[in-house]
Parts: sequence; structure tokens; C-alpha cells
Amino acid sequence: MVLVLALGDLHIPHRAPDLPAKFKSMLVPGKIQHIISPGNLCIKEVHDYLKSLCPDLHITRGEYDEDARYPETKTLTIGQFKLGLCHGHQVIPWGDLDSLAMLQRQLDVDILVTGHTHQFKAYKHEGGVVINPGSATGAYSSITYDVNPSFVLMDIDGLRVVVYVYELIDGEVKVDKIDFKKTATTH
Amino acid sequence: MLSDGVEDEEKWLAEGIAGFQQNAFCMHRALDSNNLRDALKYSAQMLSELRTSRLSPHKYYELYMRSFDELRRLEMFFKEETKRGCSIVDLYELVQHAGNILPRLYLLCTVGSVYIKSKEAPAKDVLKDLVEMCRGVQHPVRGLFLRSYLSQISRDKLPDIGSEYEGDVGTVMDAVEFVLQNFTEMNKLWVRMQHQGPAREKEKREKERSELRDLVGKNLHVLSQVEGVDLEMYKETVLPRVLEQVVNCKDELAQYYLMDCIIQVFPDEYHLQTLETLLGACPQLQSSVDIKTVLSQLMERLSNYASSSSEVLPEFLQVEAFSKLSGAIGKVIEAQPEMPVVGAISLYVSLLTFTLRVHPDRLDYVDQVLGACVKKLSGKAKAEDSKATKQVVALLSAPLEKYNDIVTALKLTNYPRVMDHLDHVTNKVMAVVIIQSIMKNNTYITTANRVEALFELIKGLIKDMDGTPIEELDEEDFKEEQNSVARLIHMLVNEDHEEMMKIITTVRRHILQGGPKRLPFTIPPLIFSALKLVRGLQGQEGDGVGEEGPVTSKKIFQLLHQTIETLSSVSSPELALRLFLQCAEAANDCDLEPVAYEFFTQAFILYEEEVADSKAQVTAIHLIIGTLQRMTVFGVENRDTLTHKATGYSAKLLKKPDQCRAVYACSHLFWVDEQDGIKDGERVLLCLKRALRIANAAQQMANVMRGSGGPVTLFVEILNKYLYFFEKGNPHITSNIIQGLIELIATEMQSDSSTHDPLADAFLASTMRYIQFQKQKGGLMGEKYEPIKV
Repeated sequence: MVLVLALGDLHIPHRAPDLPAKFKSMLVPGKIQHIISPGNLCIKEVHDYLKSLCPDLHITRGEYDEDARYPETKTLTIGQFKLGLCHGHQVIPWGDLDSLAMLQRQLDVDILVTGHTHQFKAYKHEGGVVINPGSATGAYSSITYDVNPSFVLMDIDGLRVVVYVYELIDGEVKVDKIDFKKTATTH
Repeated sequence: MLSDGVEDEEKWLAEGIAGFQQNAFCMHRALDSNNLRDALKYSAQMLSELRTSRLSPHKYYELYMRSFDELRRLEMFFKEETKRGCSIVDLYELVQHAGNILPRLYLLCTVGSVYIKSKEAPAKDVLKDLVEMCRGVQHPVRGLFLRSYLSQISRDKLPDIGSEYEGDVGTVMDAVEFVLQNFTEMNKLWVRMQHQGPAREKEKREKERSELRDLVGKNLHVLSQVEGVDLEMYKETVLPRVLEQVVNCKDELAQYYLMDCIIQVFPDEYHLQTLETLLGACPQLQSSVDIKTVLSQLMERLSNYASSSSEVLPEFLQVEAFSKLSGAIGKVIEAQPEMPVVGAISLYVSLLTFTLRVHPDRLDYVDQVLGACVKKLSGKAKAEDSKATKQVVALLSAPLEKYNDIVTALKLTNYPRVMDHLDHVTNKVMAVVIIQSIMKNNTYITTANRVEALFELIKGLIKDMDGTPIEELDEEDFKEEQNSVARLIHMLVNEDHEEMMKIITTVRRHILQGGPKRLPFTIPPLIFSALKLVRGLQGQEGDGVGEEGPVTSKKIFQLLHQTIETLSSVSSPELALRLFLQCAEAANDCDLEPVAYEFFTQAFILYEEEVADSKAQVTAIHLIIGTLQRMTVFGVENRDTLTHKATGYSAKLLKKPDQCRAVYACSHLFWVDEQDGIKDGERVLLCLKRALRIANAAQQMANVMRGSGGPVTLFVEILNKYLYFFEKGNPHITSNIIQGLIELIATEMQSDSSTHDPLADAFLASTMRYIQFQKQKGGLMGEKYEPIKV
């Protein structure tokens, strides 16, 4: 069992002062094995904070990230799963599932994690799963109105991954769960 | 010299002890054989050792303690003697035959103790006699120890209330009188001690004196233990008499010690009720006395007393403790002009701590303290020494910690004035502390007036201060500071649109003073704050059209435009471009075509003129295409112009693969997969064909340059785009075209089998799997895919 935290589009300090306190108290060091972030953190302080939660940190570059060393895309393998990471502003039309599916084929991954729209999404389709963890700070977005802060925790166990979505709605954290099984035929 | 002195003293002490022990031994023998005469003789000889003036107080104390033990035995003996029939009055007479005064008085006190216990004479008379007789010894050290002995043996024999020695003739008044008299005499001896001996040894003597202070202070302790000393008597007799002695002795060491002693030994309640008297003495003390520590101690005790129980708080109000303390501090500072600034400020810190604990609701008091501090600081150069700075920071931090709420601090008019007296670096540290307090407590600042006050406090972070040398700022520190300001801007909000507009204009006015280094940090949060307001207005009916009303989207867009322009002029074109695009989308949502067009124009101008880096260009053009793809506000003409520009710039990117990708991305500008979206299948095909041509060119270039295969992956990417539009029903994308493309890719791959790109292979494989999947899906999609062979 491996826990992977996926969160992105924090836009600190451009659009939000900080992570919600409720999220901060949930995110404690030592519980998570990997953090993946599609980007737009945007500053080093946030990077350092994430690093303090878990040293195994994977980030791709959002258009507001000050650190130019983040790659445009990244792939990594966790257990039996191949994961792909990309901020998503490069994928036009923004947030379009068919276009993201194309990126997923290109990266040849089971799970593709992207951001940019600030809206939580998890699609299962023939090629795997496409996840957008939303904005962890609920940052303003030109694409999505009324953004709720959200992030995703993935529990990867063998050929199964359980995706937990944490969303802050009216000051309360709501958790949702989506199951995904990888079939041997996927690859 | 010094070591000689110490050795000599050791020798003298050893000699003294030897003589003492010899006589003590003889005395013991006399006591054992009930020989009164010999007992008196040897005890007097034994006590003669205390006549020495060669020992330091420390060594003298050793001798004294030995004497004390021996005198206890002697006292027992005297008591037994009276039981055997010897008259105590006779004994009292008899011991006075001792030749030397010092042994005589020790013996007298010892018999006196028995005398009082026998109750043959009133305690008060015996005590009075003893305390008068002790005047006979005027040598400071000898006198102090003698009186200390008197104090010791009389402690349990005072005619206190409830004591067995209280009676018609002896009252608590006599007890108090006795202790006060002994105290007064001891203090005089103690003060006089500094004049004994050569002037060059003054320092050493002061140290010795300091060691003896508790002998004097013990009397005050005894007074505090006397049952009969109630508030009334403390107020009327004890305190005035003690203070009289303290003030009149005009001695720095004694004054400081005794004031502290008074504060420590008597109950807080008494202090509160006699505040005026106690504080009245302070300005009369020697100017060298460390009165600030004394007052700080007093205020700390009173603060603790106040927080011990809410029931005592009315007392504080009743006696007007604040104004009395505040007045006293003012007078002390005035009376001691040479007091360093740090001393004065630390006094104000204590007063502020007191105020915050006792009168947390009285902001006017808090402000008054800060005001007094400003007065003291004004005229001085900015707090130059680090200690004073530390105290000022403590002064400023106290209200923040107490109220956990910057809004309260913002009401304190003197707060920013105190901050002005900090040096530049500390001022900034304080400003960061203020911001952290806001963030930690999640405090929202909701009016423009308070925002104004807040910016006054943190101005050290907002702009370059006049007269500050251009320091070599640590880049990291500067970033952190400015990021904290950026975070702060999100806390300045109000749901009321009119007030929010005021807040935004206030913030803008301040941050625009920040200069080119700060603007890239502070402008983005302001822009997004304003964009949120625009979105808030969208919810309102009738907005987005008119120009009337105090807050309209148009007005905000004007402000946004000017603000971002400022940013683009300070060499942050990439950031400015992004913000212009954000605004364009917001204008789109407000249905303001000209505004949206203007923002797009600005974004293009920046792209053309300022974005030079090829990598930055790639990102920028994707953002432009992505935004433009979402725009619905444009009429055909405007849309054509912008689309044309975007496509043109895409084809002009430096690297062929980048060109290719941007161009195929542009295909989405002609096909918006929504109900009313534009669907120009022909131009989509043109884009894709153009992308193919570029991919071909890239391939050829790679062949020429490296003699190897080029980026096959581009072809696969384009194939996927074809599939996309094929599925969307673009009539110009047919299964034939797709079939042709698949074959082309197969050829490309085979032509150069030695340098297979595994990523491209995998991409092609997954694309083929996808086609296969779609074919097997059945239904309409399956039918569509049917002709394609893989």
C-alpha cells in the first residue's frame, strides 16, 4: 500500500494567502510516500513546505511557477502503475478530456494527473484514469467559477488504486472515493 | 596584595575561632557546674572575639553563628537559674557588669529574652530598653550583627495581636515601634558602613555591604509577619516610616534594595491601596537608583495580582492604578534625565503589560502608553542600540499578542508613530511580525480605512524608505518579505463591492510606490483581488453594461489595465502577458468585446516586443491560443484578426517541433466543440496540413543534420489530432486521410529502423490500440472507424 498525494494550482501568493488551515492540519509529514503536483505552486516557500511533508516530490511546471527547472511533463512508476504528470495549459482546449487522453497515450501512462482548470475531475476511460486534483487553495480561475479547495490522495495497492478526493465545502472537509482497477490487458 | 589580604583574614579568623573555642570550653564547664559567675566571665570573654574589626562581613558571620549557638545554651542556663531561685531582675543587672560593651549587650539581649518570657516585666519595656541600649555600639558591622541578634531573639516575643505578650501595657503598636526602630538604626549603620576605611577600597566595601543587606531587610520581613499590621496600620505607620528612612538615607544601594524589599514582602493588596505613597517616594530617590527595575517589579506583581482573580479588578479602578502608575513613571523619567532610553522604554513596556492585563478593554490607556513612549523617543535618533530596539519591539508586540487581532492595534494612533522610531531593519521585522499575526489569526481587514492604517504600519516593506542607505539586500529575505505582503493582500477583503473597490484602490496606491523590484510580487495578488470583484459584480443584475454607479466592471478593467501596464514597464513582460490574458477572459465573461480585444492586443504587443526567449515564447503562445480558444465575445472580424495573429506567431517559433505543436493547437481556434461554437472544418484541416508540412520539414532537417530519423512522434501527435476532429464529425477529415497518415507514419518508422525512439513507438502503439478500441466499440463510433485498417 502506497499513499500518493496529488495537489496543484495553489497559486500562492498570487491568488491565495495559504493552504486552508483544515488541509494543513490533515497533511502531516511521514504519512505520504510520494507527492505529485501538476504545478503552479508558485513559490519556493510552497515547494519547501511540500518537501517537508514528503521528500519524494514530483512537480511539473505551471505557467506561474517561478522555478524554471520543473519539466513540462514527467512520468514515474509507483508499484504496478505508471503515472504521468503535466500542468495542462499546453493541452488545448483546456481541460478537454479527449485532448488529455491523447497526452495520456503519448506519455503511455495508466494515470494522468493534470491541473490548470481548478476543478476536481477523475475520469475512467479505456486507456486508464485522468485526474485533476483541483486547486488545493481554491484559487481564482478564469475557467472555473466558485472553486472549492481540493486535493487527491491515491492509495495504490497492487493492481488497484483508490482515489480519495478531499474537498473543502463551506468550511467542512468532504471526502469522496473512486475505485480503479488496472486490468492486465491495459498494457 | 589581594591574596595576602585573604590569607591574613583566614589567619585572623582562625585565631578568633581558637580564642572563641577556648572560652566556650571554659563556659561549658562553668555551665555544667552551675557556676554563674564563671559562666558570665567566660561568655563575656568568648563574645569579645566579636569585637574584632579585622574580618570581612563574610568571615565575621562565621564567628557570629558560633556565638549564636553558644548563646542559645547560655539562655537555657539563665532560664534554669531563675528556676533555681535567682531573680531575673538581678540577672539582668548582673550581666551589665561585663567590662566591654559588645559582650555586655549580647548577654543583656540573651537575659532579656528570658526576662520577657518570665513576664515579670512587660515585653514592650524590655524590648524598648534593649533596642535603646544597642545604640551603644556604633561600629557598622558589629552593630548590624548585634541588632540582628536582637531581632532574632525577639521575633517570637513581640506584643503582637494574639500573642501571649500582648496586654494592656504592650500593644501591637509597641511591637511595630520596636521593629521600626531597630530597622532604622540598622539601616543607618548599614549606610554608614560605606564611609569606613580608605576610599580606594570603596568597591570592595560596597560588595561587602551588599552581602549584609538581608540583615536589614529581615526587619521588613518581620513587620510583614506581624499579625497586627493590617492595611490601616501599614498605610498610616509602617509604610510612611519605612519610606522616610529609605528616602532620607540618600544611599543608592539601600534605596534600591529596600524599595524592592518593600514590594516583595508586603501583600499586593497593600501596595494597591498605598500606591500613591509608594510611588510618591520614587522621584525622591537618588537619581542613580535603578528605579525602573523597582517599578517594573511592582507592576509585574500588580499585574499578577489582577489576573489572580477578577474580583480584585474593581479595586484597581477604584484607586486609579493606571493613572497613578503612569504619572509616577512620567515623573521618574523626568527626575532622571540621564536614564538611558532603553530604561525608559522598558518602564513603558512594564506599564503596557500591566495595562493589557488589568484593563484590556481600555485601548485609550494602551494608546496613551505608546504616546508617552513616542514622546520619550522623539528628538532622539532612531533607536540605535540593540537593547532599546528590543524593548520597542516588545512594546509593539505586546498588544498584538494580547488581542490576537491586528484590527485592534490599527485603532492605536500612536502605534505607527512608535514604529517610526525603529531603525529600518527592525521596522521591517516588526512589519513582518504584524503580517504573520494577521495570517496566523486569519484576520480579515475589511475597510479601506483600516487597510490605510495597516499600510502605514508596514510601509517599511512596501517602499524604499527615505534616507535609508541602499543596502545589499539578501535576495531570499527580500523575496520572503514581498511574498508575505502578497499573501497579505488576500486578507484585505469586503463582500460589499463599494468598500472592496475602495480597498483595491488603497492597496494599489500603496504598492505602486514599491518600485520595479517589488511590483512583480505585489501586483499579481492585486490583479486577482480585482478580478474576484469583477466576478462578484457579474452576479449582480444590470451590471456590465452601464458606466454609472460607483463600482462597475468597466472601471475595474481600466484600473486593471493601467496596473498591468506598470508591471510590463518594469521588465516583467511574461507575467504581465499572463495577467492581460486573465483580464481578457474576465472581460469575455462580462460580455465586453472592446475591452477583451484591448487586453488581447496588449498581450500580443508584449509577445512581439518583450518575450524573446524561445522557451518563454512557446509557453506564451500556448497561453494565447488556449485563452483565445475560450473567447466567445468576439465578432467575426476581431476573431479573425486575433486568430490570424496567433497562427502566424505559432508558425514563427524557433524550433520546428514547437512550431508544429503550436500550429496544430491552433486548429482548435476553428472548431469549438460547443453548441454555438465555431466549426470551420476546412480551416482545421489547413492547420493540420500545415502542421504536417512542418513535421516533414523537421524530419528532413534531422536527416540532413544528423543523418538519422527525426521526431516521428510529431506525426503521431498529428494523427491523434486528426482522430480528434474525425470523431467530432469534421467532414473534411475522412477515414481515407487518416489511413494515409497511418501508412505514412509506418513508412517513416521503417525507413530508419536503427534509431527507434521507444517513446514514439509506445505512443504509436497506444494510438493504434485506441483505434482498435474505437473500432470494437460498435455503434456510431464503431461504424465511423470501420474503414480504417490497422
